[in-house]
Amino acid sequence: MSAPTDKTLLQVEGLRTVFETRDGTVCAVDGVDVIVERGECLGVVGESGSGKSVTFNSVMGLVRSPGRIEAGRIMFEGRDLRALNQTEMRAVRGRDIAMTMQDAMTALNPALTVGEQIAEMLEAHDKGLPSGRNARRRAIRAHSVKMLGLVGIASPETRLGQYPHEFSGGMRQRIMIAIALASMPKLLIADEPTTALDVTIQAQVLELITDTRAKLGMSVVLITHDLGVVAEHCDRVMVMYAGQVVEQGRTADVIMRPKHPYTKGLLGSLPRLSLRGQRIEPIEGQVPELIDLPAQCRFYSRCRERGPECLKNIEMRDAGNGQTARCVRVQKELAT
Amino acid sequence: MSLARFVERLLQLIPVLLGVSVIVFAMITLTPGDPVQIMIGDQIVTPEQEAAMRRDLGLDRPIHERFFAFLGNAVQGDFGQSFYHRRPVIDVIKERLPATIELSLVALIIALVTAIPLGVLAAIKRNSFLDRLATVGSLLGVSLPGFWFGILLIMLFAVHLQILPVSGRIGYASEIEPITHLLLIDTLLRGRVDAFFDALSHIIMPAITLGLPMTAILMRVTRTSMLEVMRQDYITFAEAKGLSRQKVLFRHALKNALIPTVSVAAIETGSLLGGNMIVETVFGWPGLGRLVVESIFVRNYPLVQAAVLFYAVTYVMLNFFADILYTILNPRVKL
Repeated sequence: MSAPTDKTLLQVEGLRTVFETRDGTVCAVDGVDVIVERGECLGVVGESGSGKSVTFNSVMGLVRSPGRIEAGRIMFEGRDLRALNQTEMRAVRGRDIAMTMQDAMTALNPALTVGEQIAEMLEAHDKGLPSGRNARRRAIRAHSVKMLGLVGIASPETRLGQYPHEFSGGMRQRIMIAIALASMPKLLIADEPTTALDVTIQAQVLELITDTRAKLGMSVVLITHDLGVVAEHCDRVMVMYAGQVVEQGRTADVIMRPKHPYTKGLLGSLPRLSLRGQRIEPIEGQVPELIDLPAQCRFYSRCRERGPECLKNIEMRDAGNGQTARCVRVQKELAT
Repeated sequence: MSLARFVERLLQLIPVLLGVSVIVFAMITLTPGDPVQIMIGDQIVTPEQEAAMRRDLGLDRPIHERFFAFLGNAVQGDFGQSFYHRRPVIDVIKERLPATIELSLVALIIALVTAIPLGVLAAIKRNSFLDRLATVGSLLGVSLPGFWFGILLIMLFAVHLQILPVSGRIGYASEIEPITHLLLIDTLLRGRVDAFFDALSHIIMPAITLGLPMTAILMRVTRTSMLEVMRQDYITFAEAKGLSRQKVLFRHALKNALIPTVSVAAIETGSLLGGNMIVETVFGWPGLGRLVVESIFVRNYPLVQAAVLFYAVTYVMLNFFADILYTILNPRVKL
């Protein structure tokens, strides 16, 4: 992974987040490094339980008991977020880093109107609101209307007074994005923004995120398990497996020349029109339990290229061009 | 809720109340014991005199006639004469009702202002010492019988420490001209602060005794539903917005968590009425509950009938209001 530059917005180093359970300590995120540059879109791919969401919940400081961040540095614009107290962290959340959640059906409060839920975001972060009470209310309202219009909700003035249950799933996802974008964050963490949506709505929502990114110049972390989405919308991609980053690099490089057998497997398991008639290749086996993992490649049991040299902890290896992968074969491939 | 829907719900109450009045009438008429015999007591009367008394009270007529007479009059607000007081039942009840309403209101307020904050606190500080204390406390609260807990309070505060009066509603020195018949309010309206504190010192023990089980139940409900709500995605999302802890807890969590609390509180308010009978008896509180207990002992049918019907109507109405409140709190529910 490259060294941080002035362009670096978020840099996570050696993040380790664990959950205490009855069966033992589950290490959901184990030594994860992330870099997000200003203005770029980073795709984070991996199957359920790979640690994608936990990694970015850790960044937001939203890991709840019995979970806790055990180690690592989370640098945002040169500040270590882990060193901030609750009040300082609250100022970062929403204003600097905003997040949308996976399930739009449950992420909006059923007892508050959409307008109230947008307004409180603006009130909490108070970016350039007028001081007079009425002027302030009018400004908040005008901004809320603008945000709802931005995410393509028709007749936003009347919609502001409605409750979440009066909107469809796709609309709620867009409302959540409107809320997240309301205070013009520098980084948007979009956690599976399209998973719960119809295909047609998926495209709209992603377009919306990409457009606003360009307009506001913000960075986006797009958490997904859809490599198609990544290929279309992300500058760089990071593949996670069993709590570790197994491969990362520029999207085109990773998709065209995947280095890690897991990434290859993911790409191989995608249905493609061009490969009509061929069988989709699933990855055999299951993700290991994240308790007391042996010191070996975590993909070992499922890997087709495994060998005795894989039975040790594997470091990320440079595959050139800023692409790195956690596989012993990487250097060899370069040599041949 | 639309007006039509409201009226419809209101009309649905009629069959319920009709059924209640049948049950009330049947239970009381079929209970063993003869009011005439009790009124006679040890006096020596001729059979003719006894028959005259029976006729006088309308007890010589067949049971169904008596029921329809009761129902017809009840609709007009006439519940007959109290055998014992020799006055219209409705007047006797009106006299006693304010004391019961006042006691129930104070008990309700005590329950709400202790149960909700305690429940929220126990949920936030889950598994802490405070949470465990509240859990044990609420278990005691529901299981301690009111008559026993009330007597304990009397022994400690009235007999031993002598800081609170044993019984009654207000001292003789503090008697005032009634306005609302609620003494805590009247004393203040009359500007008698001393009388207000006198009334307060009288009501505090019975109100705590009456409100204790309700406090315990509401605390448990609030705690459980708060814990449930705190796990929801919208709480995480509210935190991700960078809202203050107060906003997340009170605006986002509590508003949703109170929905079950409100329903339970409304139903439990109905059960305060039942608790009143015991608590009013223990504390010599001159309310409806004690009147009913006394009336049962002397087989004062008309009064017991009217009172039980009153309880039933109150209970049904409370549930009705709980439903309406529910729709206000929970925008997803349309009645």
